[in-house]
Amino acid sequence: MDSHTLLLLPLLIPFVVAVATLALRTRPGLQKALNLIGMTGILAASIALLVRIGNEGIQATGLGGWPAPFGIMMVADHLSVIMLIVSALIGVAVAIYAIPNVDAQRVGFGFYPFMNLLMVGINGAFLTGDLFNLYVWFEVMLISSFVLIVLGNTEEQLAGGIKYVVINLVSSLFFLAGVGMIYGLTGTLNMAELAMALPQVEQEGLVTVVAMLFLVSFGIKAALFPLFFWLPASYHTPPAAVSAFFAGLLTKVGVYALIRVFTLLFTQDVGFTHGLLLWAAGLTMVSGVLAAAIQTDFRKILSFHIISQIGYMIMGLALFTPLALIGAVFYIVHHIIVKANLFLVSGAANQLQGTFSLKKLKGLYAAHPLMAVLFVIPAFSLAGFPPLSGFWAKLILAKAGIEAGAYWIVAVAMAVGLFTMYSMSKVWVNAFLPGTDEDVDAGRTPTAVRVMYLPIGALAAATIFISVFAGPVYEMAEQSADELMNSSAYIEAVTGHEESVADSATRVDLDGRAGGVHAQ
Amino acid sequence: METLLAFVIGGLVAVSIYLLMRRDLVRKVIGVVILSNAINLLIFTVGRVTQGASPLIPSADKVPPEGIANPLSQALILTAIVIGFGMLSFALVLLYRTQQSTGTVDAEAFVDEGPDPST
Repeated sequence: MDSHTLLLLPLLIPFVVAVATLALRTRPGLQKALNLIGMTGILAASIALLVRIGNEGIQATGLGGWPAPFGIMMVADHLSVIMLIVSALIGVAVAIYAIPNVDAQRVGFGFYPFMNLLMVGINGAFLTGDLFNLYVWFEVMLISSFVLIVLGNTEEQLAGGIKYVVINLVSSLFFLAGVGMIYGLTGTLNMAELAMALPQVEQEGLVTVVAMLFLVSFGIKAALFPLFFWLPASYHTPPAAVSAFFAGLLTKVGVYALIRVFTLLFTQDVGFTHGLLLWAAGLTMVSGVLAAAIQTDFRKILSFHIISQIGYMIMGLALFTPLALIGAVFYIVHHIIVKANLFLVSGAANQLQGTFSLKKLKGLYAAHPLMAVLFVIPAFSLAGFPPLSGFWAKLILAKAGIEAGAYWIVAVAMAVGLFTMYSMSKVWVNAFLPGTDEDVDAGRTPTAVRVMYLPIGALAAATIFISVFAGPVYEMAEQSADELMNSSAYIEAVTGHEESVADSATRVDLDGRAGGVHAQ
Repeated sequence: METLLAFVIGGLVAVSIYLLMRRDLVRKVIGVVILSNAINLLIFTVGRVTQGASPLIPSADKVPPEGIANPLSQALILTAIVIGFGMLSFALVLLYRTQQSTGTVDAEAFVDEGPDPST
């Protein structure tokens, strides 16, 4: 298979499945099967793409056969493909989990088509090499997530949905303003060309202004301090399958976008931009974990922990050393799997006892020991217990922080790890240990929950895999960090040559072309 | 011309931020609409306001000739308008459904009270 097709498969598969499931809206059984086959297909295509870029380096292709800079480029480097693989893995897990978890009414109103369109948007955002195209993928992702978060129309969902919708619309507009400004400054939107053109821009202040527009926009999407309030207000309202998918992937698309623009484009004033990111990272960790401490709803605790974990990833980006970026990438891989899994566990607990409230959940350990084991693996990993994946991720980041001399952020990160342990033990004590003297019903585990154990177990196995085989994952993260720190390979793959095209005739000179009324 | 447009954009952004701060969710959505138009105008302005010929590239050339109007910012705005319209329709339907369901569009009604302190 040629690279062109391979690069587009992660977009084409979910798109075709979305159209097919839309056509088959009266056949829920077929929809479920198609969805599972599609997600598995994306996983296979992404792994094939990883092998391809491992052998042949970064792959790039122009849509419609147009070369850069005229066409929209799709680019797959290690970071993109790692993100693709992990999100496809979550896609497969949620595809199985949704079969018992999502009710017939929601399926009838288009749960599966929108799930696949969401996947199209996410994969597009990971693969695109064009800034405006990234905006379009974000919108594809947003509109699908809007539908999924309110699908079912419960009052709680509508209230959460409104907050989610309004803040995300505003965030997109910040992004669009940034895209417009950057086009005005450089005359291009191709990210590889921007990487070459931005250092030549004379108005350095304006470049920093644009960087801040992107920081606010992606910061909202990634739930960075102080822009995270929408997340815990909405993520606990839809069915567990949806919130697990959102919790695992959506904020991480924001983190991915931040990593992409702050390694490839905005590296002119690292002291300011990345210094600001480091402060945001520290405050994100602390505020997320402290807010989680007072919550009593299973999914709200997990939602606030998403925020504090985002802080670790941004810390890796902000330190901006090769080791720190390795840590950030490793952390993203670990976090997506663990966090999605914890949401899946919360849904299974809800299925058994009909509530997400820690005050009402009780005795799960006695009645369902398997679920307790499957909770402990991701929970301990999240808190960073050796030898689980979270420990390695935190260790790499701490080492990078100490090497960079940023001792305070390392201290904050370690303290936040302890508080994470506190929240996880609170869930354990309240939901899993018997809280009362009443006999807890230890009857047969319902079939629905047994089906749920399958994806939960698979993701727990993936966590253990990353923990035991941390070496290979580290090497992949190392390769993506190399590509991020040294962008010449990325630029060469996209433009076909390493030298600047700023002086060549391909890029339109905005000011020189005009014969009209433009005032210099 | 650019100066005038800059003030227009600034004015529109100010209006939209005022509306976004209101408790009434309908006003918030109107604020989003105005903000999105302000930003479309921003893209148009930073793409350079010029009078020029239609952007047609002779088939032998790779680059447009001198003195044409910039087509790219218009293409960007067109895409942004379409997306903005879709988002607006969704937001309005969501508001309508919420009003039907909860009987209010006052943002205050949707404030999360936080966890019950009595444990």
